[in-house]
Amino acid sequence: MRFADIGLHLSPLPGAMPVSVATATDAQWEALAQAGSLEGWRLVSLWGSDRRDTGDGFVVHAAYGTRTGLACVRLPLAAGSEYPDLSASYPAATRMQRALRDLLGIAARGADDRRPWLRHAAWPDDYFPLRRDSDGQRTFDGEQEVYPFVSVAGDGVHEIPVGPIHAGIIEPGHFRFSIVGEKVLRLEERLGYVHKGIDKLFEGRPIDDGHRLAGRVSGDSTVAYAWAYSMAAETATGCTIPPRAAWLRALLLERERVANHLGDLGALGNDAALTFGLAQFSRLREQWQRVSGELFGHRLLMDRIVPGGVAVDLDRDGAERIAQQCRDMESELRPLRAIYDEHAGLQDRFHTTGIVAPELAARLGLTGLAGRASGQAIDLRVDLPCAPYDRLAVRLASDKRGDVAARVALRFDETTESLRLIRAIVEQLPVGDVLCPLPPAAAEGFGVGWVEGWRGEVLVALEAETSGLLRRVHCHDPSWQNWPLLEHAVLGNIVPDFPLINKSFNLSYSGHDR
Amino acid sequence: MIPLLIQVFRKGICTEPAPEPRSDWRVDGEQVQQSILELLGRALAIRQIDAGSCNGCELEIHALNNPYYNLEGRGIKFVASPRHADLLLVTGPVARNMQITLKRAYDATPGPKLVVAVGDCGCTGGIFGESYASCGRVANVIPVNVAVPGCPPPPLEILRGILTAVSQPR
Repeated sequence: MRFADIGLHLSPLPGAMPVSVATATDAQWEALAQAGSLEGWRLVSLWGSDRRDTGDGFVVHAAYGTRTGLACVRLPLAAGSEYPDLSASYPAATRMQRALRDLLGIAARGADDRRPWLRHAAWPDDYFPLRRDSDGQRTFDGEQEVYPFVSVAGDGVHEIPVGPIHAGIIEPGHFRFSIVGEKVLRLEERLGYVHKGIDKLFEGRPIDDGHRLAGRVSGDSTVAYAWAYSMAAETATGCTIPPRAAWLRALLLERERVANHLGDLGALGNDAALTFGLAQFSRLREQWQRVSGELFGHRLLMDRIVPGGVAVDLDRDGAERIAQQCRDMESELRPLRAIYDEHAGLQDRFHTTGIVAPELAARLGLTGLAGRASGQAIDLRVDLPCAPYDRLAVRLASDKRGDVAARVALRFDETTESLRLIRAIVEQLPVGDVLCPLPPAAAEGFGVGWVEGWRGEVLVALEAETSGLLRRVHCHDPSWQNWPLLEHAVLGNIVPDFPLINKSFNLSYSGHDR
Repeated sequence: MIPLLIQVFRKGICTEPAPEPRSDWRVDGEQVQQSILELLGRALAIRQIDAGSCNGCELEIHALNNPYYNLEGRGIKFVASPRHADLLLVTGPVARNMQITLKRAYDATPGPKLVVAVGDCGCTGGIFGESYASCGRVANVIPVNVAVPGCPPPPLEILRGILTAVSQPR
């Protein structure tokens, strides 16, 4: 199937990643979704914007990941405020469509689930913050929400409500378990508790300042978001970054990946009652973050990637220190992986727990690290490598088991590969500038950034005005796709395994709720 | 088991000294009464609440439990319920969707209780400020004793904030 077969003409956008855009009609919008799901395209994100002032009405956007790049399709709703529902072809669209209704007031025609998603009871259902005529500053008297969970009936079935505040140092969200004995019959998530109105906050900011906000959509993925935002801003303004900046960006992204994987490996051991694992991996993570702080000035690497390049540089001593740390880390990881692999109690908890089979993962759109652990062998660094990944020959890690053990193994494999990549980057780092300021805006700009963060594909779509101010920025976290799969992964497992399964996905609440 | 024990002995203890309290981070102006400190003794139970954070602060709070900061070794531990807590450690601007929940958690915490707001967002609302979705700083919703700035504050500074809350100002 080609886009031309349904009359869609894709125009490529300039920039680091292969992204193209097209404008569709209602019929094409539906035909594309049906064809795309058969072709194996992924729905990467769905969002909307208010262009009533330019005569387009509301516009819905869908971004599809194909084998050759990202296709962004826009559907202007000249009159009315409904668009064809995508959830039959792409189940992951359901929550995105509900969120779109909450924030912009446009609904998917014929969608089954019309409950609010990001809106609780803190603002009324006729207030739409992302409309141009809302300033986002109005406040309302919050109430306690009554949310209609789907209930399960039967002999001995009862519910366990968990959250929004959880028992550990975790972000807030609500889980409603329906159980029999210890077995989970159904899990329903209620998210949106940490919705901060980030999309609205972008409006009117200078385009060269949005990276700080994007870098705080999900703190654990701050590098991925800052890169995706910067990539979008560079496309929108026609800026080409210096080669050294691209290499340093990859260095920072791989350091973020390693830091998160180390943290998760420790937490996964801990959740299976091996506290030794937490002590050892949290020690390694601390060492890793300290070097980030000393060499780049921030332990989590926030605000180091900026539109036009990077705000840091690396001298010869720094490069040697990083290479040495990678060698040390490799020798630290080897014995720890052997201990994990040979620990009977740990393996008993990991194996066959929280399975997402590859067929289900493909049908429902499981993405990123969790997707690769369930046979979805997709990694932007491998499939569509931008600079410098095109020179690094990233080795894909994947697994078909889809259980906690597979997600643990993926983290070990990806950490090892990232350590290799980091060493290759500091060895081959090109000389030159690290920053080329964005040129002044000449026209309205549109850009998309698309980055393989440690959790999965992070997408930032950006519309800028001729004044150089942001008109609309949409940030998408891969957690949107993966949260619904957690509801499936836990089915038939016992309640005490839920924290372990949840941790093995380690999804972002803030990134999802934004 | 033997490789595990070898690893434990080989890596040893890497715990570092605790920081000094900072009285300029106090926002309540009141002095913590000596009688409260005596009641707490040398143990402190903390309930951490993310009221809207980007999760950056949570990563650094997690780090407090690593062997370098060794929070539990200092008699401070995180507990699973506000009913068990002496101190609430609150991050984030308070999302409006979390406002009622945060208040309830505060009310459920038995007195005498302390609140430490962590991070620029907790101190001032930070980059998110106040809007239809955000109530801004933690003190807009519940009383705060100590506010620790930083985005996010490093673990040592968070520990300093906790120790400031439970120390007698000089």
